[in-house]
Amino acid sequence: MAKHHVTTTLNGNAVEFLCETHQTLLEVLRDELHLTGTKEGCGTGDCGACSVTLDGRLICSCLMLGVEAQGKSIQTIEGMAVGETLHVLQRKFLEHAALQCGICTPGFLIAARSLLERNPDPTEEEVRYWLAGNLCRCTGYHKIVEAVLDSAREMRGA
Amino acid sequence: MSTAIDFSEKKLKVIGTSPVRPDGVPKVTGLAQYGADFSLPGMLWGKILRSPHAHARIRSIDTSKAQALTGVKAVITSADFPEQKFEYVGPERIAVNYWHMTRNIMAREKVLYEGHAVAAVAATSKAIAEEALRLIEVDYEVLPHVIDVDQAMQPDAPLLFEDMITRGIEPAPGKPSNISKRVEYKMGDIDAGFAAADEIVEASFKTSPVHQGYIEPQSCLARFDADGQAELWASNQGHFIVRTFTVKLLGMKTGDLRVHPAELGGAFGGKTVVYIEPVALALSRKTGHPVKIMMSREEVFKSTGPTSGASMTIRIGVTKDGKIVAADGLFKYQAGAFPGSPVMNGCMCGFAPYDIANVRTIGFDVVCNRPKATAYRAPGSPISAFAVESTMDMAALKIGMDPLQFRLKNIAKTGTPLVYGAKHAHEGFAETIEALMRHPGYQAPLGKNQGRGVASGYWFNGGGESSATVHVNEDGTVVVATGSPDIGGSRASMALMAAEALGIDYDRVRPIVADTNSVGYTQGTGGSRVTYATGIAVVNACNKVIDELRARAALIWKINADDVIWEDGCARPAGKKAGEFEPLPLKAIAAKRSATGGPISASASLNAGGQAPGFATQFCDVEVDPETGHVKILRYVAAQDVGRAIHKAYVEGQIHGGVVQGIGWALNEEYIYDEEGRLSNAGFLDYRIPVASDLPMIETILVEVPNPNHPFGVKGVAEANIVPPMAAIANAINNATGRRLTQLPMSPPKVLAALDAGSGG
Repeated sequence: MAKHHVTTTLNGNAVEFLCETHQTLLEVLRDELHLTGTKEGCGTGDCGACSVTLDGRLICSCLMLGVEAQGKSIQTIEGMAVGETLHVLQRKFLEHAALQCGICTPGFLIAARSLLERNPDPTEEEVRYWLAGNLCRCTGYHKIVEAVLDSAREMRGA
Repeated sequence: MSTAIDFSEKKLKVIGTSPVRPDGVPKVTGLAQYGADFSLPGMLWGKILRSPHAHARIRSIDTSKAQALTGVKAVITSADFPEQKFEYVGPERIAVNYWHMTRNIMAREKVLYEGHAVAAVAATSKAIAEEALRLIEVDYEVLPHVIDVDQAMQPDAPLLFEDMITRGIEPAPGKPSNISKRVEYKMGDIDAGFAAADEIVEASFKTSPVHQGYIEPQSCLARFDADGQAELWASNQGHFIVRTFTVKLLGMKTGDLRVHPAELGGAFGGKTVVYIEPVALALSRKTGHPVKIMMSREEVFKSTGPTSGASMTIRIGVTKDGKIVAADGLFKYQAGAFPGSPVMNGCMCGFAPYDIANVRTIGFDVVCNRPKATAYRAPGSPISAFAVESTMDMAALKIGMDPLQFRLKNIAKTGTPLVYGAKHAHEGFAETIEALMRHPGYQAPLGKNQGRGVASGYWFNGGGESSATVHVNEDGTVVVATGSPDIGGSRASMALMAAEALGIDYDRVRPIVADTNSVGYTQGTGGSRVTYATGIAVVNACNKVIDELRARAALIWKINADDVIWEDGCARPAGKKAGEFEPLPLKAIAAKRSATGGPISASASLNAGGQAPGFATQFCDVEVDPETGHVKILRYVAAQDVGRAIHKAYVEGQIHGGVVQGIGWALNEEYIYDEEGRLSNAGFLDYRIPVASDLPMIETILVEVPNPNHPFGVKGVAEANIVPPMAAIANAINNATGRRLTQLPMSPPKVLAALDAGSGG
């Protein structure tokens, strides 16, 4: 069967790709477009390692087909820093040692950015509940929560 | 001879700070390459066919239809791997048997658990590989299975190995069983000890198998060349482990396999063995193409090793004034499909925190139809500690003594004998208890349905074989290469130790994890050994470099090298030449390397002994919902003797992580099997590890009693922290409800049942 031709905006750039019907957006990102920053932890939408945004909405890219990205705007971890300047969240994750192995980090960063876009002044509890869809086995979440709260403070100019 | 440097505490400049890790940026930009992120031109996808049965004999495997499918380049079975000799190799506690290992990576006569590998294919796409798996026809004779450890020990239990005679019993039993091994340790006179006790408490406990739960499934890329040389990119705790096992399983020469350490997406002991690496390499050998294998999460749960479930009975005898006079422990651990549970560790660690004259521990290693147990953070110790530390709590209650006071009264000190024959050689135990006693939260009042529990834990920590190479660049920057895969920030610790030793800035040191052909042999990252043993290798290599730098400075000054000392990152004339020349910083010496003898570098390798154990004491406050049985962690305080924290934030992070894994073990995590022995919860939705909203902040107290055997006083920090939580939480639940839970996990149905049993009288 012929592959599908899909046109998207990916991290602000016009991107076209071909994919099979069954390929998930995660597989397209990793295997076809070679953007391996988006990680597969479970493939069933339970761990959040494959988090991206689709037209600004936080999703698990393993739960969506590549063909469904037609005409959509996708943001992945590779588009988070601007040139050499890291996003505040990226910098704060490093400063707070909020990652150990780092496999969950791209997903947490995408999810946390999504939170702060909606709620620039979250409580600790709001951070914990927003990030409950992202699994981390190394950190116990302590320093991740601190990094997100500190990022929010800096982004608010507080 | 290397220079001895006095690293007295007040002189430390960068040790104990928390700079940004040198490998951090690629991990926040998505550019770090983990096992699944490597590709090569012409690469094929490998997939593994797995058993749907918990226990079955393989009558035949027909791969012809799969092989005929367009796009399939190879199908392999156990016939593609050489048979291995049946023998246990290496120290008993961590012995390896390649006869078992080759059967674990690819089943031969029988499948021994659901998920056991049976065949593998390599194809031009993932989808074709998956379709090919469906075309492989395996004729199984399904056999009765057994999973529970107590049932597996019954005389009429289905046997996994019809010829397995229990080791460690004299005379050897006449009949085979599922009991692979019996171990016994004892000291003193246990009967006399219990006779002297005023009170004796006894209880039995059960734990469920739990998975390490690393977020990155096992993944690798393999390339086998026509001349027999090969390369592997693997996410494993030891790329040297991968090399050792893979060449053995494939019948290769060690020099023909180069293994690259991929970034490692969590492991916790679970990636100290091989599953897919030899399979990918065998497929590459057969096809002549690179082959990539990525496990799915379901495969991770069904096919890779969790730690043991266990059944245990503990008896402790105490005097009225709180002295433990006797302790007896029976520990039965599931090994999974092949022998090798961490039951010896459980027997050795259980009572290790305490000075008890009369102790006996007996352990059984029992095979059963689930994946072979693999190391999980302080393997064996958290399981026995759940039983021992719960019983300790019962004993303290019985004599009306505060549980911290009770532990402190019995604490082991330097010189205290251990049940396994050694003697404690380090302090730091009592300090963790005293730290909690001083904590204001320990005396804080509790509300309705709330309770407080404490527990302690012991872990050996590791030394062992490590290597490091230090290169001085022409601009005075330094590269530190080690053979230790970095899971939790160890490159930052290596850079800090090198910067401290050389007397240069942290950001002038660039640490890497070198591949197997670029650095000396190094054991895997595990046992809390890296900052200790590999850290010593780094400091030793730095000291060799310092000797070289002194010699170069002497050459520049035309004086004897003995008249040059190294201080604050500079060569300085000393002795009778003191003050004759301006100090030469490392950078200035590096700039003149060509004129003074060429490149400046040094390597150091060692087999480190002298590690000091880890000791942790923790308390937690919980609230038990009487309607649902749900246990909420309100407060968690974890004290640990870390020797000296090299990178403070990552040491705290280790404690946070270990405690939270322990909370998951205590409250949620378990393997649930159906009647056919198939795992019912092989995914993160149903095997529920803690999420952010389950938890409070975890308060850490770093106790620093330096280990004199390490140049900066390091004790391993990664594992002792997971030992206490299960008992601490059980003790807190008991404090809140008056109900003693003896089975893990203490999930809402179990808590509710305990509450109902109580109210029903």
